[in-house]
Amino acid sequence: MTVMNRRNTAFVASVLLAVSAALASGLASGPASGVASGQARPERIVSVVPALTETLFAIGAGDDVVGVGTFDTHPPEVATRPRVGGLLDPDMEQIFALRPDLVVFHGSQQDQIEQVTRAGIDTFTYVHGGVDDTLTVIRRLGARTDRQADAEQLAASIEDRLAALRTRLAGRDRPRVLLVFGREPGSLRNVYASGGTGFLHDMLEAAGGENVFAELPRESLPLTSEAILTAAPDVIVELTYDERMAASSQASEIAVWDRLSSVPAVRDRRVHLLLGNQFVQPGPRMADATEAIARALHPDAF
Amino acid sequence: MPDTTATLSDRRPATAGSLRRRVWAVQIGFGLLAVVTCVVAPLIGPTSISLSRVFDGTIPFAENVDAQIFFIARLPRAIAGALVGASLAAAGVVLQALLRNPLATPFTLGVSAGASLGAMLVITLGVPLTVLGSAAVPLASFAGALGALAIVYFLATMRRQGLSTLVLLLAGVTLNSLFSAIILFVQYLADPAQTLQSVRWVMGNLDVGSYRPILWGLAPIGLSFVAFARLPRALNLLTMGADSAATRGIDVLRTQRLAFLSASLATGAAVAVGGPIGFIGIIVPHLVRLLVGADHRLVLPASIGLGAAFLVICDVAARTLLSPMELPVGVITAMLGGPFFLWLLVRNR
Repeated sequence: MTVMNRRNTAFVASVLLAVSAALASGLASGPASGVASGQARPERIVSVVPALTETLFAIGAGDDVVGVGTFDTHPPEVATRPRVGGLLDPDMEQIFALRPDLVVFHGSQQDQIEQVTRAGIDTFTYVHGGVDDTLTVIRRLGARTDRQADAEQLAASIEDRLAALRTRLAGRDRPRVLLVFGREPGSLRNVYASGGTGFLHDMLEAAGGENVFAELPRESLPLTSEAILTAAPDVIVELTYDERMAASSQASEIAVWDRLSSVPAVRDRRVHLLLGNQFVQPGPRMADATEAIARALHPDAF
Repeated sequence: MPDTTATLSDRRPATAGSLRRRVWAVQIGFGLLAVVTCVVAPLIGPTSISLSRVFDGTIPFAENVDAQIFFIARLPRAIAGALVGASLAAAGVVLQALLRNPLATPFTLGVSAGASLGAMLVITLGVPLTVLGSAAVPLASFAGALGALAIVYFLATMRRQGLSTLVLLLAGVTLNSLFSAIILFVQYLADPAQTLQSVRWVMGNLDVGSYRPILWGLAPIGLSFVAFARLPRALNLLTMGADSAATRGIDVLRTQRLAFLSASLATGAAVAVGGPIGFIGIIVPHLVRLLVGADHRLVLPASIGLGAAFLVICDVAARTLLSPMELPVGVITAMLGGPFFLWLLVRNR
């Protein structure tokens, strides 16, 4: 019954999506887990989590990283390391072949975590949440890799920069912002925006913006165009991790919003497209990303 | 299940006059249903808008939020829903008759899988965003649908002179699986954000946001409907079998060709506009047969009207139930359609 399979796939996919969204929002509230303390400094680390691979390099553990994930792009040195798969398809054989003494996984990769644990290899699990959770993860990773000082310095510098940003923007009007992180290319269908929780929401608040959907306690909201018209944001900030998007494509993607001309952001030409995976991966460049959002929201403050 | 393999017109000696009256009644009744639904649907929504403001010409459109909600966020969705719903329901009726299989749907013959593959490729490869002023995703999915149509048609006609419905069915089902596998492969290679978008596309979305996709869809769908209008009597005879139809003066091959091409074209255009929204093409025809009998002169127009109304109503639910979030319309039709489909299966025993 291939006839049914087609429909089933859509249905199963939708159920899976709902379940994973529920899981994600449940997990986001309690991120820190799997802390192992008092262990020796690992010398062969495999990480399949882009944000944590980047963190490892940022806290001086880059030389110990012997394998990285498919989607890791930062810092550029990751290109020299073997790729071992990603969130959905980690290549366990290759991971074992690299003889790691620490493997960094997403919290959802339960099967892989069990396999690696059974092989007697330590794991570090990561679950993303808000900005504070990201800072906690940086410090935990520092503790686990015996690089507390570097991790503390990184986390503290992010905290300081975010605090400085708050000071700089204190007293300014906070524009009402729609923070979009996905939609169908070339159209306003399937627009995904940040709700009132998670690191994107936190970054937006730190950047001096008020999230138009702050009261909805979800990290991601698939929006109707009616919701966008009704929310009437002053600024639309759209994030995409395609860093190499052509200028003409950027212009036409921004122009897609023109049809919602009653939205103040569109009318006042305050639709901003920000490129780069620092905007969607909560890691060492979080302060850079937040500052970039702040510059888009408050161009005259810099 | 309504017996699609028998034609009522042959058993029940209805006079030509009474049949014509019933056809008129069905066309007007179901047509009105569709029109009323389309008129009422834009009035319903999570935001309360003032109709007098919507139609107040003194306020510039660029500043009139009520008018934008009505004319951008609601009316195009109702029109797109009506167009897609009518097309999928009609294509379902035609294919069920052509294949003489009550379980056939517009997606049975691989057209929607081809359309999906086209859309997936654009979403994951990030091809240039607009072609001739129209968004690339709908165009690519329509191209994919035409590609699948051509392959299936070629396979079904290459072996002998006629058009083998068996080969049509097998080729379509196989192509569905093959394209689905390629889609999975493309999604697997894509990065997670693109995978999310492509998974979301498969669930259907009528938030077209402008009238351009509707205008693009109108040409192929209109063409198909012209073909549909010529089919009902021939479909009645075809459901009795090709040989039997031939002895009654039906040009079987021509009818089969017309039925397959028009149903596939309508499906391809509908999927390009709204995504592969499931179950419309099977629930609506069967519901209609319960209401008006099996004569295609009644079933086809009634399915067009009911298909339009049904999808417009489902889409109102899609944009209001979880507002401001969108609930995928394909999820709603599947949740209503799945149980209904099972009930049809059980009822038949």
